This record gives sequence, structure tokens and C-alpha cells, in this order.
Amino acid sequence: MDKTQNNKAWFLVLPVLLLVAFSAVIPLMTVVNYSVQDTFGKNVFYWVGLEWFEEMLTSSRLHDALGRQVIFSAIILAIEVPLGIFVALNMPKKGFWASFCLVLMALPLLIPFNVVGTIWQIFGRVDIGLLGHALAALGLDYNYTNDAVDAWATVIVMDVWHWTSLVALLAYAGLQSIPEAFYQAAKIDQASRWSVFRYIELPKMSGVLLIAILLRFMDSFMIYTEPFVVTGGGPGNATTFLSIDLVKMAIGQFDLGPAAAFSLIYFLVVLLISWVFYTVMTNLDKQEGF
Amino acid sequence: MAQITLSNLAHSYLPHPHDEQDFALKQMDHVWQDGGAYALLGSSGCGKTTLLNIISGLLRPSQGRVLFGDQDVTDAPTAQRNIAQVFQFPVVYDTMTVRQNLAFPLKNRGLEPDLIAQRVNHIAGLIGMEATLDRKARGLTADVKQKISLGRGMVREDVNAILFDEPLTVIDPHLKWELRTQLKSLHREFGHTMIYVTHDQTEALTFADRVVVMYDGRVVQMGTPQELFETPQHTFVGYFIGSPGMNLFEAQIKGAQALVQGLPVPLGAVYGPVEGRTQIGIRPEFCALSDASGLPFSIQRVEDVGRHRIVRGEVQGQPINIIAPEGSAIGADMNRVTFAAQKINVYADDWRVAPLTAQGKAA
Repeated sequence: MDKTQNNKAWFLVLPVLLLVAFSAVIPLMTVVNYSVQDTFGKNVFYWVGLEWFEEMLTSSRLHDALGRQVIFSAIILAIEVPLGIFVALNMPKKGFWASFCLVLMALPLLIPFNVVGTIWQIFGRVDIGLLGHALAALGLDYNYTNDAVDAWATVIVMDVWHWTSLVALLAYAGLQSIPEAFYQAAKIDQASRWSVFRYIELPKMSGVLLIAILLRFMDSFMIYTEPFVVTGGGPGNATTFLSIDLVKMAIGQFDLGPAAAFSLIYFLVVLLISWVFYTVMTNLDKQEGF
Repeated sequence: MAQITLSNLAHSYLPHPHDEQDFALKQMDHVWQDGGAYALLGSSGCGKTTLLNIISGLLRPSQGRVLFGDQDVTDAPTAQRNIAQVFQFPVVYDTMTVRQNLAFPLKNRGLEPDLIAQRVNHIAGLIGMEATLDRKARGLTADVKQKISLGRGMVREDVNAILFDEPLTVIDPHLKWELRTQLKSLHREFGHTMIYVTHDQTEALTFADRVVVMYDGRVVQMGTPQELFETPQHTFVGYFIGSPGMNLFEAQIKGAQALVQGLPVPLGAVYGPVEGRTQIGIRPEFCALSDASGLPFSIQRVEDVGRHRIVRGEVQGQPINIIAPEGSAIGADMNRVTFAAQKINVYADDWRVAPLTAQGKAA
């Protein structure tokens, strides 16, 4: 029997195509549009081709912000992933305290970003903040407004406080799905605590940890609100991460062309690193399968 | 290796058990001989796994003591008991190769690499996995994974006992037979105490020297397959062992005679007064069809199972199964059934009553 040949099936894709177009593609195209033009006001635009991209790619300003961003994300992942796993391993498995811990862990995740920023901004102040005042009383020279190291420490501790819960909750879910028989078998085999972690818990958690690492990487790489509220990117440019720099450029200086080129490069970097993470981690998984 | 003694043991999963119903394992005293091959038989939920986990230390009993030899191990953790246990569903370490899986218990005990390699190769031969030793365990099928679990259970030579918790559930029938044979030969080779939990009587009877039948949290009988067959201590044993199980009739016992709804049935021995709910039990193998004497019988259907036929029918409204040997006559005029008097057991409230005299002689 001959099959009817027509292209009607394409219409079925239309709704999702429209949705993606209006939610992602068209807004992105306006950015692409800005990135290849220049204006001197009065809504008159000139075609400049890839000049803004060339300028941005060689701009030390972007390089510095990117460097800070990469270091920030690396530190965040290096602390939050092991700490989250450690917390998950030590949470009660069932009963009242399990629910209690879950609620407690979820609390930081429920606080709006700028509130988190405000909390830490006040908490860390030397004059009225509990943390800042306590550190000063202990004789530590702590001041996040004029010391770059203190500013970094504050922003990192704040992010760890805000987001470790997410890793912990995901890891906890992974741990809960391990059947009791695995732990029993490990006891029978006289496995050490480390072996149980290495050969049972970690492999069983690898799926959720991949998600946790991807989420934490993307979020930390795009961080804006909390450090902006706490340090405003300072002292100097010490905590000016990519998003903060981008907003300064686009809205502070109204350099729409360079800012648009900056956005697109930023977007591609996030995409690229996420892809690398994903590919490496799923390949590790596959290799272990054979 | 050691003799395992369960002394005054009972277990409840509830923190504050009140009456007997709260106990998953009712109070028991048992000794498992060193080097014995035991099968632990019983229907689901009767406490088999609980008992096993208490022996291996995965559970701490609510009361009583567990002894290995003379040593009290009630509070010793599993690792210290040096026991191997294979679970119902396969447990393998996914990220390890088959070889590493088999070597894992030995490595944890800190054995020499040469010795480990030698043991692993030996066990791989037993379970037929020499060719796949270097493959990762992840992605293997359930029955192959279960073979690895079995191998890991058998790899240590110096264990006090090997416990099997329905280990062949996921294995296909042909391989089941083969693996059971290998377990048996392993038992002969090393003489480990082995306890094999199953609800399959064929599996139990072929594997074990002694079969332990559990019912409702109790060990109701511990004996050789023959003892279980001929003198079941509890109606559950009679019903559970044998295919089909033992026939039971409500009866009144009067000396050397039982009355089944008023009709006399001669017994092979004299009994004293029996109290409670009284029943007589007779195995289908020891019932015979007759056209002359015995209890009135109405036939319902005949199943030919090859080597013999199973005749299903009723006696005075109570169901009965009879095993008729090959070639024996079955006809419409065979409307009576006789029982071999020596093979009848008497039960009061489900427990076997011993006769006053053996073979009908006066005491």
C-alpha cells in the first residue's frame, strides 16, 4: 500500500515552534540585532558587523570578569558538592527528624535572592552585623567593603549557605533510593565505611549528582543578585562577576552594542561548559558500564 | 566454622511487644550443627528471613542469645561474625568488574593477592563466569548478577556459615538445578554450615540433610526429609511437605480407633485421651481405593501426572487426595477408601500427639 505523502505533520510541531520562538529565539534575536549595530542616539543604527565581538573578545575587562567568574564557580562547586553529599549522608533516614531536616534544609532555598543578599549584607557589617561585629571583637580585621579577600569570603560563604541545601537534597534523594539489601551485603562482605560510600552510595548517586553539578554550575556562573546586593561588585572590581559587569555595561553605561556581544559570548560560554560537563560525566558513566 | 546455638530467642519488630502476636519470631531454642546443610522452609512471612538476619547479625533479637560455638555473638556486628549471606535479589557492586566483585570480601579481610586470585578463579569456574571476569557488573542481566552474588557468598573459605535467602528466585529453572548441585558439592568440599531459605520443598529436600519447617514465627519441625514425610509434627508440615499434602479429617480418638463422623478407622497404635480439636492425618501415598471396605468415597477427578495418578474426591463431604500407583485400577465401583493404619498421625490443635503404645502393643 502506498503511504500518503504530505507534510501535514509539520503543523503538529507548530505550537511548540511558536512557543520557543516567542520565549527564546525572538528575544535572543533582538540581542543579536544590537550586537552587530552601533548607535549615536535618535534611534539611528549603523551596521558594524562583528566589530563588537572582536572588541569584547580582546577586552581585558571581559577577560577579568570571566576569570573571576570561573574561579568563583570552581570554588562554589568544590565546596558545595562534597559538603552537600556529607550533609545528605548524615541526615536521618526516616522518622520525625528526617522530615524536620528536610524542612530545615529547604528553608534557604525558599528565600528570595535579594533577601539573601540583604541578610548577609547586614550580617557581615562590622558596626551592626552579628558576624562582622563578632569577627571584629575576636580581633580579626574583617571588612567586606574594603578588603577583596573578605568580600570574596563573604560572597562564597553566602552562596554555600544559600545553595548547599540543593545539593544535599538531591544527594539525599539519591541515597534514599538505595535498597537496604546493598548495605546488608556490604556488612556481610565486611566492607569499610569508605568502601560503602565509594562502591555503593557514590555510584547510585551519580545520576542526581550530575544534575546537581550542572544546576550549581549554571546558577553560580550566572550569579547576580546576591553579590550585587552585598558588595555591588566591589571593592573596586574584586567581586564584579560576568552578570554584574554586563549590567553595568548595558544599563550603567548604555553601551548596548558591546553589551549585546558580551551577552552572546556569555551565553555561548555557559552552553559550552555545560555541554562539556554533561558529556564528560555521561561518558564516565558509560565507561564504567564496560 | 562453628555450631550455631539460638538460645531462648525471640524477635519482634515492635519496640514494646505485648502478646505473642506481636512477635515475628516466637521464642525458640535450636542448635544448628557445625557443617550441617539445612533448609529453612516455610510460606512467605513466617519469619525465615528474620531468623536468617538474626544469625548473620543484620538484626538484633529482642530477646535471647545467639552463640557461635561457645562465643556469645548476640551483640557482635555482622562484620565480626564472619558469615556469608546471599540475598533473594542480586546485589552487585555496579562500578566493579566481575572479578573485583568476587574478590571484594577477600580484599576486605586483607588476604594476599595471590590467594585472592586463586580463590576468585576457582569460584568463577563454579559459577561458570571465567570468560566474563573482566566485564563491569553494571548492565548484566539479573540472573548473571545473582550468580555473582552467589559467588561472593562462597568465595571466603573461613566463614562460620553461609546463609542463602531464596537465592535462586530470579534464576531460570535449568540453571537453578545446576547451581543447587554446585552448592551441594561445595558443601561436601568445604563442610561449611549452610542454611538455605526457600519456600520450594523440592529445593529444600534436594539441598538439605535436615529440613527446618517454620510456620507463623515458630520452628515447627527440624528433621530429615523422611521424618518430615512420615511423622509431621504439625499439620502445617503435613500440608506443606508433599505433593499433594497430607489429608486431614476431623475425628474422635478412642484408643486404637478413630471415628470420622461416626465411621471407625483403625489406627496403628493406642492413644490416650486427646483434647482440643482432634484430627487424623494420612498422606495421599498411604490411601488406597477399594470396592469392599473402608470409608465411603466419591470420586471427583483423576489427574495423571506421569508416574502416578492423583485421585481427588470427597469422604463424608471432606476433600481427600489419593495417589494411585501406575497401573492400578480406578473405576466407578471403587467407592471406598482405606488408610494404612501405621501411617496415620493424630493431631490435637494442629500438633502431633504421640501414641501411648507403639505398634498397638500394650504399654
